[in-house]
Amino acid sequence: MSQDASRFTLLQRTLHWLMAVAILAMLFIGVGMVSTVMPAYVPLLATHKTLGIAILLLAVVRLAVRFVQGAPSLPADLPVPMKLAAHLSHYALYALMISMPLIGWAMLSAGGYPIVLLGGFRLPAIVPQSDALHTLLWSAHVYLAFALFALVLVHLSAALFHGLVRRDGVLESMASVRSDRGIAPGE
Amino acid sequence: MAERPPPSAPAVLASLALIGGVVALGAGAFAYTGGFLSPDRLTPTRLVGALAPPGGPALGHRRNHAKGICFTGEFRSTGDAASLSRAPMLASGTFPVLGRFNLGTPDPNAPDATVRVRGMGLQITAPDGQVWRAAMIDPPVFPVATPEAFYALLTASHSKDAGAMPAFIAAHPEFPNFVAWAKSAPYTASYAEDAFHSLNAFLFSNAQGQTHAVRWALVPDALVTPLTDAQLAALGPDHLENEIATRVTAAPQSWKLLLTVAEPGDPTSDPSKAWPAERRTVEAGTLVVDRIEAEADGPCRDVNFDPTILPDGIAVSDDPFPAARSAAYARSFNLRTAEAKDYPRQPAAAAASSQSGAATP
Repeated sequence: MSQDASRFTLLQRTLHWLMAVAILAMLFIGVGMVSTVMPAYVPLLATHKTLGIAILLLAVVRLAVRFVQGAPSLPADLPVPMKLAAHLSHYALYALMISMPLIGWAMLSAGGYPIVLLGGFRLPAIVPQSDALHTLLWSAHVYLAFALFALVLVHLSAALFHGLVRRDGVLESMASVRSDRGIAPGE
Repeated sequence: MAERPPPSAPAVLASLALIGGVVALGAGAFAYTGGFLSPDRLTPTRLVGALAPPGGPALGHRRNHAKGICFTGEFRSTGDAASLSRAPMLASGTFPVLGRFNLGTPDPNAPDATVRVRGMGLQITAPDGQVWRAAMIDPPVFPVATPEAFYALLTASHSKDAGAMPAFIAAHPEFPNFVAWAKSAPYTASYAEDAFHSLNAFLFSNAQGQTHAVRWALVPDALVTPLTDAQLAALGPDHLENEIATRVTAAPQSWKLLLTVAEPGDPTSDPSKAWPAERRTVEAGTLVVDRIEAEADGPCRDVNFDPTILPDGIAVSDDPFPAARSAAYARSFNLRTAEAKDYPRQPAAAAASSQSGAATP
């Protein structure tokens, strides 16, 4: 593979930015829809469910791609606590990207709701109907959503810190728009 | 990797300020979207909170229409409404139903005669798994035109300020229609004698893709015997639940599902306005109720009769209520399912099964 080892692959970068948009949209739709009684509630809810399943599928693909294609190593001079934070926050991001849609899906199942996506696509229940389970999953969905948003902000801050303050190439490993073909002059 | 030289100290400070600004902007946008910065926004939480009586809500129960009893049965579709909607349960056939008769009160122990509005929650399931849920009430029009006005009505009616209701009425000219119904409509001694109205308009789309705005009503086959509230009160505080259980045990009870089709210009967005009486109606089928079960252990207990849960072929219209009801019902459902310990399931079923177990040699 003629891949530049300092960067994520084009496929990985595409998946990252696609999911960045989807997850941000998801978080804002989620927190917005539960705070409104306006007519937008109905399409927002349908979009939220559909986008959630899309994120679940994308996250599984992305995890598989990560196993196959790996990731650029962090700068050798990165202090150990920052390395640890980087690793743990990425484990947490992957865990939430996969668990949040599953928790939402299970929550609707436990609530006895039919699960209908945009376009009329229907999903089966994945847990039995249960008020206790619904309550547990509902709480988890709410609290983990706030945790995920906080983690997104931390992720964004860290990326900017790498790019603006440390200038160590970590931001560019995902954010670079350099073409994969040919090496730019001077590099 | 060509790393750039480290930035100067002022540049680092500027970068950190920029990062702080990005985080603050993101968090602020999120808080704004979630309504945390808008205390005046009508949220599901506020709407549901406004339903509570002065002593607070009855934990574990629906936040409104709290007194109710479960039923099951079937919907026998004539197939005549297939011209209006491709919903599978409107094709000719028989479909299982689950529902709940209820009283429009936040108090699950309210005496029957103290409650003016009665309701029916209904779920019809098609063989392919599609579900149509509805929550209907017996007045033919809704008291107010918008969810905001409904919130204002709840606030005014719970207000200690003697001027609150007059001010509400002055600001909502649609309200007297409902008051006239409430004052003049007779009570009945049975849920089986009540008609239940969708109130809201929904869009019905047929297989050819043609769409019509429709309201519907379930009209009882039973003979209606009008009563005064005093006569109803004399029958006892829980007469309706006892009566429907006895009545259905003796014989299944039925209602005709009548769809009313709007003409262009009819007020589809305002459930406080009736449509002209001469509008075309289609008899879609018959609802047959053949079993009654107490709510505490019944099949309707943990069902949210959210009126936006619709099959393909039926959709929400420009009527703003179904969305507001869906948002509020979800809030009520989330609250009450988390309070299940405050509304215990009756141990009767478990006791009966252990008894029969003991009796088995």
